[in-house]
Amino acid sequence: MKRYVISRIIFMLITLLIIISFTFFLMQTLPGSPFNDEQLSEFQREQMNERYGLNEPVPKQYLNYLTNLVKGDLGVSFQYDGRPVTGIIKERIGTSAVLGIQSLIFGTIIGLALGIIGALYHNTTIDYASIIIAVIGLSIPNFVFAGLLQYWVGVKLEWLPVAFWRGFEYTILPTIALSMFVIATVARYIRTEMIEVLSEDYMLTAKSKGLSRFTMIWRHGVRNSMIPIITIMGPLVVSLVTGTLIVEKIFSIPGLGDQFVDSILTNDYPVIMGVTIFYSALFIFVVFVVDLLYGVLDPRIRLSGGDK
Amino acid sequence: MDPNQKYDPKLFERASRPEEDSSEVHDTGLTFWRDAWIQFRRNKAALLGLIVIGLIIFLAIFGPYFNSYGSDEQNMSRSNLPPKVPLLEKVSWLGMDGTDSRGVDQYEVKGIDENFWFGTDELGRDLWTRVWEGSRISLYIAFLAAGIDLIIGVIYGSVSAYYGGRVDNVMQRILEVLMGIPELILVILLIMLLQPGILSITLAMIITGWVGMARIVRGQVLKLKNQEFVLASRALGAKDNRLLMKHLIPNTMGPIIITTMFTVPVAIFTEAFLSFIGLGLQPPIASLGTLVNDGFKLLRIYPHLMVISSVVISLIMISFNIVGDGLRDALDPRMKR
Repeated sequence: MKRYVISRIIFMLITLLIIISFTFFLMQTLPGSPFNDEQLSEFQREQMNERYGLNEPVPKQYLNYLTNLVKGDLGVSFQYDGRPVTGIIKERIGTSAVLGIQSLIFGTIIGLALGIIGALYHNTTIDYASIIIAVIGLSIPNFVFAGLLQYWVGVKLEWLPVAFWRGFEYTILPTIALSMFVIATVARYIRTEMIEVLSEDYMLTAKSKGLSRFTMIWRHGVRNSMIPIITIMGPLVVSLVTGTLIVEKIFSIPGLGDQFVDSILTNDYPVIMGVTIFYSALFIFVVFVVDLLYGVLDPRIRLSGGDK
Repeated sequence: MDPNQKYDPKLFERASRPEEDSSEVHDTGLTFWRDAWIQFRRNKAALLGLIVIGLIIFLAIFGPYFNSYGSDEQNMSRSNLPPKVPLLEKVSWLGMDGTDSRGVDQYEVKGIDENFWFGTDELGRDLWTRVWEGSRISLYIAFLAAGIDLIIGVIYGSVSAYYGGRVDNVMQRILEVLMGIPELILVILLIMLLQPGILSITLAMIITGWVGMARIVRGQVLKLKNQEFVLASRALGAKDNRLLMKHLIPNTMGPIIITTMFTVPVAIFTEAFLSFIGLGLQPPIASLGTLVNDGFKLLRIYPHLMVISSVVISLIMISFNIVGDGLRDALDPRMKR
């Protein structure tokens, strides 16, 4: 186990290093510079380059970037006049995290309910309805869903605020829009899993012990179907991260996703790099935790190089 | 009468002999694909999905020629017209009667006799033509990306699994690093480098897209390569190449097709997603993604712009997902009920 964890961590670091190097050199080759403004004189431009360390040779810049990164410094933004990128991420991540976690919880609960009901009423109309909801949730692009939700519920019916982030009622529409994918994925997964679990022998044992239907399904059925759900956490987190890019833009939410899209459009390279590295690190970390949890929760899974 | 025989042979009737019958083949056997098709046909939703896909592909190819408007033909005198379809205009809730969100018949106000089935956009371009030409480009990107993903994935996966050992080890490590990178982030970075265009978007999607296919093919080939029929073929002197092309890959066709079916909607989504964050195709080329994005900006005043393109893109994605599900049930023997 220890060997496995260590080799995984080394691998994570290598992956991260590759991503960092890739984004760094990509940013170097990108057309256009942040100081393309025609009003700047040659001298001013040189000064700007010097200030941001852009006049140094590329390998030196690369090493500087790496050493600063280890110290937790991701450079300064071009767009916001020298504000540190880490500061921007710190300021914006809270909002995105609230939105993401809220969507994850909401989506998982609804998805679980939908999947369990589908499995319990396998091959009936109720089951088909839950499959249809899941397929639609999986298929309709989130920007379409978010856009239409904003239009119908926000603009036409005026039930909930259309945009911005000023309290709980502002979070409802974005959360629903973002959780559609979670609902659909969880529902599909838990349904298949649950159908299998329901036909297991231990369910028969539970029944013959005289457990009530609810206890039987909850304690033995749902719990055992939950384990494989953890494996889809990786894809779910990715979908939530990319989802926030869209949903935050549509609902004008001041989160990290909104900032990322903004920075792409304004060529704010340090911010783009910083956020890319942050997202990648988050993703790699989640996948790692999921793999570990899976081994802990399900003793049948042997991690390669397992301990003796 | 033969004294040895107690009974008259005439009393006996010959029973039918199964050995004789079995020597004749009365029915052509069920091949794997025929069986799969029968299974698939039973799934009504999947069949419907297949029909919708067929219809959309047909319209994407021929739809723009149904009327005489060009996709880039601007005419400000007929801008922002709501949809109007001759027969459907009698069904008021469909919104196909040429009246806008305030209930004013824009066709009467602007004095236009022609019908624009999907309405027009803010530059007076016919949306019917634009939607189907957009679908054509979206589908083209999706099929191209899925096709190239398939080729790279199948080659990479089968080589990795077939040769095994150190080759497999190295190839798998490369895969793991690629998998560690969030796909959409990489696509965004690449598009920033390559500048948006049909080929660059396709290329950006391929760079990470083939990984899933490679893993699935590798898993299948690993399972198959030690089976007897492969050994038999090898004993008959088949070379690696032949074993891979004639035995291993054809037996992996099921999962390959299923994976491809699911790649297409992902590619369509990715392309639309890029348009939405401002990295999509540049005018005059329009895809479904750019149409949805353009429509979104005018959603509050002219909802038809976004609604129609959203419906088309959603229909494509739902259909591909349903057909993919149906194929998985039909091709995977474990799923048989």
